[in-house]
Amino acid sequence: MKGFIIKEFLHIFRDLRTMLILFGMPVAQVLLFGFAITNEINHASIAVLDRAKDSKSLELQQKLTASGYFKFNAQLDHSTEIEKAFQSGKVKEVVVIPADFEKTLALGQPTAVQLINDASDPNTANLISSYTTAILMDFAANEMTQNQAMPVTTETTMLYNPELKGVFMFVPGTITILLMLVSAMMTSISIAREKEMGTMEVLLISPLKPYQIILGKVMPYVVFSFVNALVILIMAYTIFEMPINGSLLLLLAETLLFILMALSMGLFISTISNTQQTAMLLSMFALMLPTILLSGFVFPVENMPDPLQWLSHLMPSKWFIIIVKSIMLKGLGFMYIWKETLIILALAVFFVLLSIKNFEVRLNLK
Amino acid sequence: MNPEIAVSASKLSKSYQGKNALESLSFEIEKGSLFGFIGPDGAGKTSLLRILNSLLIPDSGKASIMGFDTVNDYKKIRRIIGYMPGKFSLYQDLTVEENLKFFAGIFKTTIKENYHLIQDIYSHIEPFKNRKAGQLSGGMKQKLALSCALIHKPEVLILDEPTTGVDAVSRGEFWEMLQKLKAQNITILVSTPYMDEASRCDEVALMQAGKIMLRNEPEEILKAFDAELWSVKSNRMFELLKDISDFSKTKLAYRSGDHLCLIPEGKFTENNSLIAYLETKGHQSVRLEQIRPTIEDSFIYQMQAQN
Amino acid sequence: MKPVIEVENLVKKFGDFVANDSLSFSVFPGEIFGFLGANGAGKTTAIKILCGLSAPTSGKASVAGFDVYRQSEQIKKNIGYMSQKFSLYEDLTINENFQFYGGIYGLSRKVIRERTAALLSRLQFLDAKNEVLRNIPQGWKQKLAFSVAVMHQPKVVFLDEPTGGVDPITRRQFWELIYEQANQGTTIFVTTHYMDEAEYCGRVSIMVDGRIEALDTPEQLKKQFAVSSMNDVFVKLARAPK
Repeated sequence: MKGFIIKEFLHIFRDLRTMLILFGMPVAQVLLFGFAITNEINHASIAVLDRAKDSKSLELQQKLTASGYFKFNAQLDHSTEIEKAFQSGKVKEVVVIPADFEKTLALGQPTAVQLINDASDPNTANLISSYTTAILMDFAANEMTQNQAMPVTTETTMLYNPELKGVFMFVPGTITILLMLVSAMMTSISIAREKEMGTMEVLLISPLKPYQIILGKVMPYVVFSFVNALVILIMAYTIFEMPINGSLLLLLAETLLFILMALSMGLFISTISNTQQTAMLLSMFALMLPTILLSGFVFPVENMPDPLQWLSHLMPSKWFIIIVKSIMLKGLGFMYIWKETLIILALAVFFVLLSIKNFEVRLNLK
Repeated sequence: MNPEIAVSASKLSKSYQGKNALESLSFEIEKGSLFGFIGPDGAGKTSLLRILNSLLIPDSGKASIMGFDTVNDYKKIRRIIGYMPGKFSLYQDLTVEENLKFFAGIFKTTIKENYHLIQDIYSHIEPFKNRKAGQLSGGMKQKLALSCALIHKPEVLILDEPTTGVDAVSRGEFWEMLQKLKAQNITILVSTPYMDEASRCDEVALMQAGKIMLRNEPEEILKAFDAELWSVKSNRMFELLKDISDFSKTKLAYRSGDHLCLIPEGKFTENNSLIAYLETKGHQSVRLEQIRPTIEDSFIYQMQAQN
Repeated sequence: MKPVIEVENLVKKFGDFVANDSLSFSVFPGEIFGFLGANGAGKTTAIKILCGLSAPTSGKASVAGFDVYRQSEQIKKNIGYMSQKFSLYEDLTINENFQFYGGIYGLSRKVIRERTAALLSRLQFLDAKNEVLRNIPQGWKQKLAFSVAVMHQPKVVFLDEPTGGVDPITRRQFWELIYEQANQGTTIFVTTHYMDEAEYCGRVSIMVDGRIEALDTPEQLKKQFAVSSMNDVFVKLARAPK
């Protein structure tokens, strides 16, 4: 057993490619998701067509810039320039302030500020317009309290992630994907490789028991996956200032459980594939894609058609993302996540049993 | 059960997708014997060895090694055999020593404990023990693979085509190693497609299309060759085969090295008539000589007889 | 007669390692040239160079009149190649395999049809042309692979251990095919581990550690080393103290 595990570590350390996937990827992924791919609006360039040119319209413009979300690209003088501004591609939104802005406000009469967005990128357009609307509402509320009492005001508070940082969403997702990749794909490939090289025949012939072969193959990847999870957490904590509000111990324990679940899936894949290629393709299509697409990591599950929503319930990654978020952001204890934990545990047991049933002490030749 | 028998099989059959790989094989192999299964690809050698080592279950029939049934007592069998699969290639990314250590480890022994067994073989590659197995030459890889199969001191060693694709010199060295191992009282089963390796075995089974055509000591197989065998040469070797095949007394003619082999119908008393016949066909300096058959000649003769 | 393969002081190095050490030989049209050597002696390296797959470090070499440095594309059009490992597509029929390989060499449909018929009838295999290759015995596959390799009527055919693992009767039938092809003027360049097959060659070269240590007809080689078989010649050379 000990010799077996040592050998497995040697395989990993000797192969530059494996090493890169194991250690280069987590870092690259977290940085990528953390810095490059983000939902936040930061210095979006906008243009203003100010038809009022009075003190209130200037005040509104200052409020928009002061938010830090926007950057003024141009002052437009005429509505014909709007089209041109969008065509230049430099402007994401044009804010049109109507004439007599200050006068109308002073009279307490309704007035409308028009927002025109470049919707060729609908997500960004939505975000920018909602940010702008929020600032406009704030501005209007201020005006009203100055002049007369406002009947109802809404006040939104963003809980757990007050600054709406995208990275808080991506860290749990990235941990999930990487654990899936390292645990499931790497183990399934490394077992398939033994079959391909003919060494599996010798292992089977040896007095090693099947569970020893499996443990020997799997142990190193448990260790590496766990180290990976730690690296990501440390990066999230230090670089992106993501809080760990709940119990760290609980988080690590849940991570370990998820690793074991992913390994059991990888094991199952290896029992049904005879070549590294099959193992790779199966892991990609059966594990990776659903993890990315259906776990709610990239696309919100609530917006999917019913059949896909049902399918997403079967994705262990979906539950793990919920667990990680609950612990890290909401600071919840085990009481609140035992259902999700149970689901992952059940899946792990299911795949382990399936693999044991499939793992032959003999060659399975068709 | 005869205590002198190491391996026995009775009426073993195996088929894949309706195709017969093995058809009712029965045989016994004595302890301490170096036994060769000789035949071309597709003869069923690999299937047979995998049934014997317990990796495959036969469709019907029974086999046992050292008295243990290959199906029911597979765990015991796996403890007493050493096995080298045909496509076995060691762990290319581990060094020579790491490979050997690993295989010793999975059989719960150490290199030190059984060093005397592999000393003869391993000493050749020990100077390179820190080199990766992938960087060894073909002959050295073979020696390492054999050392790995031997390190746990098996009672029966099963080698599936260990010499395939290996040059004649390295093949010769490999067989010398196997002969030395016999002195350790290990029963060795080897399969090979090379007919000329038969003479290195104590006993051989000639296999073809899932059957054992002949099984005996190599010398006995040659003695049992119940026809005359003649070598024929002429100045026009290319045409010679066709012309001899057309000769009325020819039962079988084929090329063999620098001459043709001719198996005549019955006794070949009229060898002068063949020379005369060949001269009418334009052959000169015809040389005719009766020769001893080889295992390959026996194999061809048997194949022809069974078709 | 002008040689089909001409090699002069050919050297191939990989870093410090000399895989081919100053090889020189010529092979003539219609000749069966045996290229022997122990594993790792440098045979594969030399064959790769002659097939236009890798460039030599120094020296001269031409195949079918084309230079290996500059005209590897023309070389590839004028040679055939077959090995035990390279085989036909298992999931295609015999006919489809022939069509595919004929198409690679730019033969017209009509020519492919004619040559397929001719080659298959030579093997007495015409009736089986719609069989999927998977269902055909190994020995036959090798004969088919050889036929495919000569379909575009190359000047030289390289055969890399073409008869490995084949039964002795089929092996001989394979050599009859080789003889017939050579008789039609095709040059055969063949490697083998069966020493009796070395006797079938017109001339044989034996490589040891990257050099050609002997090159002659089998008969002359046996005389030169005073032994009775090519196997003994080979063993004597390869085991000679270095």
